[in-house]
Amino acid sequence: MADTLLRLANDRRTARLVRLLGLPTPVLLERASGGWQAQELAGRTFVCAGGPHARLLADAGAALRAAGARVTESGQPPDAGQPLHGLVFDASGLRDVADLRQLHDFFQPLLRPLARNARVVLLGEAPELRADPVAAAVARSLEGFLRSLAKELGRRGSVANLIQVATPPGADLLLALSGPLQFLCSARCTYVDGQLMRIGHPLADTRSPAGSRRLAGHVALVTGAARGIGAATAARLAEEGARVLCLDIPADRDALYETAARVGGVPFAADVAEAATPQRLVEFVRAKFGGLDIVVHNAGITRDKTLANMPGHWWDQVLAINLRAILLIDAALLDAQLLRRGGRIVCLSSMGGIAGNYGQTSYATSKAALIGYVAAQAPRLAPLGITANAVAPGFIETRMTAAMPFLPREAGRRMSSLAQGGQPRDVAELITFLASPAAGAVSGNTIRVCGQGWLGA
Amino acid sequence: MHPTVVRRVAIVAANRIPFARSGTAYARIGNRAMLTATLRGLVEKLTLQGDRLGEVVGGAIMKHARDWNLVRECVLSSGLSPATPAYDLQQACGTGLEAVILVANKIALGQIECGIACGVDTTSDVPVAANPRLQRALMDLNHARTLPQRLRASLCALYPGNLIPELPSPREPRTGLSMGQHAERTARVWGIAREDQDALALASHRNLAAAYDSGLLADLLMPYATLERDNNLRADSTADRLAALAPVFDRHTGTITAGNASPLTDGASAVLLASEDWAASRGLPVMAWFSHAETAAVDFLEESREGLLMAPAYAVPRMLARAGLALQDFDFYELHEAFAAVVLCTLAAWESDRFCRERLGLPAALGPIDRARINVAGSSIAAGHPFAATGGRIVATLARLLEQRGSGRGLISICAAGGQGVTAILER
Repeated sequence: MADTLLRLANDRRTARLVRLLGLPTPVLLERASGGWQAQELAGRTFVCAGGPHARLLADAGAALRAAGARVTESGQPPDAGQPLHGLVFDASGLRDVADLRQLHDFFQPLLRPLARNARVVLLGEAPELRADPVAAAVARSLEGFLRSLAKELGRRGSVANLIQVATPPGADLLLALSGPLQFLCSARCTYVDGQLMRIGHPLADTRSPAGSRRLAGHVALVTGAARGIGAATAARLAEEGARVLCLDIPADRDALYETAARVGGVPFAADVAEAATPQRLVEFVRAKFGGLDIVVHNAGITRDKTLANMPGHWWDQVLAINLRAILLIDAALLDAQLLRRGGRIVCLSSMGGIAGNYGQTSYATSKAALIGYVAAQAPRLAPLGITANAVAPGFIETRMTAAMPFLPREAGRRMSSLAQGGQPRDVAELITFLASPAAGAVSGNTIRVCGQGWLGA
Repeated sequence: MHPTVVRRVAIVAANRIPFARSGTAYARIGNRAMLTATLRGLVEKLTLQGDRLGEVVGGAIMKHARDWNLVRECVLSSGLSPATPAYDLQQACGTGLEAVILVANKIALGQIECGIACGVDTTSDVPVAANPRLQRALMDLNHARTLPQRLRASLCALYPGNLIPELPSPREPRTGLSMGQHAERTARVWGIAREDQDALALASHRNLAAAYDSGLLADLLMPYATLERDNNLRADSTADRLAALAPVFDRHTGTITAGNASPLTDGASAVLLASEDWAASRGLPVMAWFSHAETAAVDFLEESREGLLMAPAYAVPRMLARAGLALQDFDFYELHEAFAAVVLCTLAAWESDRFCRERLGLPAALGPIDRARINVAGSSIAAGHPFAATGGRIVATLARLLEQRGSGRGLISICAAGGQGVTAILER
């Protein structure tokens, strides 16, 4: 799992050699340890700006200040010698081709002063809000700008993301915007890069993320929790104070119980694909907790073979575990009214589900289905105060990727803007954000944690 | 101090893994893994994940130095709340039953509401210790302050003869005799015939096989590794086959063979005990009630004073007196078969006027027991005897027998190294 190039490129003694050989020089990425802090952005300086009709700027500045950031709204870089940690540009006022020049004028002078591991966030309106085709085109143009900018920033370990507001002007957006903006500007947004996060009306109990242990009193189910991304998610949710119900297959009982012990959670050995599991789970949750607040569908398998060579039962296995089990467990929990108001569903999709992969027809089918599933569930669950989102990891350093042959593994690592693999914890950070009360305005999204991987971008 | 009302103690559930002959199915699995799996099985069966129990008590006889907090470590991996206290204890083969007594007493006194008594042992993964002289040298080196002291200790540590490791010995430290040699001597004193021992061994196998076939043991044990039943069980054993075996401890005149002794075994067991209220609040049925217990020890340094494994013969009459019962007032007798000879010696002692008068101070013999009520679901000769796990196996088996019968009373007697015996009464 060790990324040797990452180590060599960041060691004084070998960095020159790595550059001389023309190898990629990935930057050591900044990551946050521990739980979310009330002043998560303390000590960080951001420059915020927006055009004449920008409608989100005031809320954005307020959200950053609330998390302890220093915010300059002049559009000028801080004094020489002062590090600049991030840029936020409100592009909601751009409606014409000429307006787009504002992007150049804001970012161009600020990119050089920008520190490594910086966070850049672009705020825009959803194109479908705009009746005027030109204004809609301008809204859509932000995605191209953002993705290219992210690729330029990646070599310095910095990430750039776009928040797309899907509610018409007039709505109170501070609450909806605060959580996503603070997350995307924090050190927790390490490997989420080049992504678009759509925010709608905040659900009734959306809360600002101020304060630590944001999930105290919440109960979270994490499937596939024994190791890898599942274990990291269980640990991360526990850090925020959640009681974690860790589920994994009986064959992995040892790892499951150790993970549960480590995160102070409760182990539940079960095969998600078994017919009796949803009902067993319902009874277990009812007896132990009385209800659930968070469901993270992380359990998944691959049975890779080209379609021409794929046996039918392999296909069935993948679809049963990666897709049907999720649908049945959600249905059982919702039927039993165990998913409480303010609940959160997060499904683990995959870059393979977006881009497709050779030999992964079954896997990609199941993972793409989840993208459609959360999009369809979001409006249906909104009246219950429940959100549904998907997270699509790219190349993450896990036991699975460590077992890959050298060349595909190296390619997987380097073919992203950050030129390195992500950590399970990076995925866990996004999942934990989506599971938090602060993400009440984010639903139906599929967000990649891929360091802006080049595949399926 | 406030007066405490003594409460009834329920045996609520039990779990064990099939027992395996030493060096077979669990040869590569240690105490910690076996006990952890056994506790998890109990936890999952009763949905105790995340729950805090009053305590978990257990032990192992063959234990690595690193497992100094064995039961607590297993509890931390068991799925129970980490707020569940645990501790190890050791009373040789009485460990398992003594753990049950400790948990039961705390429940009876209202100190805890529920607890698990457990035990585990392996003779496939025994601690091999450093040579005592090497160990001493390393200690000296650790404490050495001057160069000459260090040199002397280092030389001593490096002396080749000191590198020979120390193996755990199956011998009684006080007599230098093995358990079997002791049993052989006691059998001779009581004139126990080889045929009677073989008959008891055969019954043990047949009864255990029948217990499996009838489903009596279902949900008292879970499949583990490659096993679903104790792999020492010989359902097809015959008197002829047993008679053909040579004596082990005394080639010429001995009566104890591999067939009528319990084998070296690996395994683990656990029993959940609780107050009546706790069991009711969980909707868990009570299998049986734990009512009395007594432990005894004898002076075995000379065979003429007493046999090493005869302490239960002393413990039981004392317990009967306290309970106001006669030896014949039981529906089931669970007499641990360390050796068939031990069971038969104990029975002979209770039938002996002289023994009961002189050794026990009773007016007359306790009298005979209906043999058909002894070890009706088999015992250690058939199931095997992973030392500290045997108590849990016997308590669970007897509780199930009583549950199945609907009402009744059962006696448990277990002999232990060091001339000790642990006994108890279950009722329903």
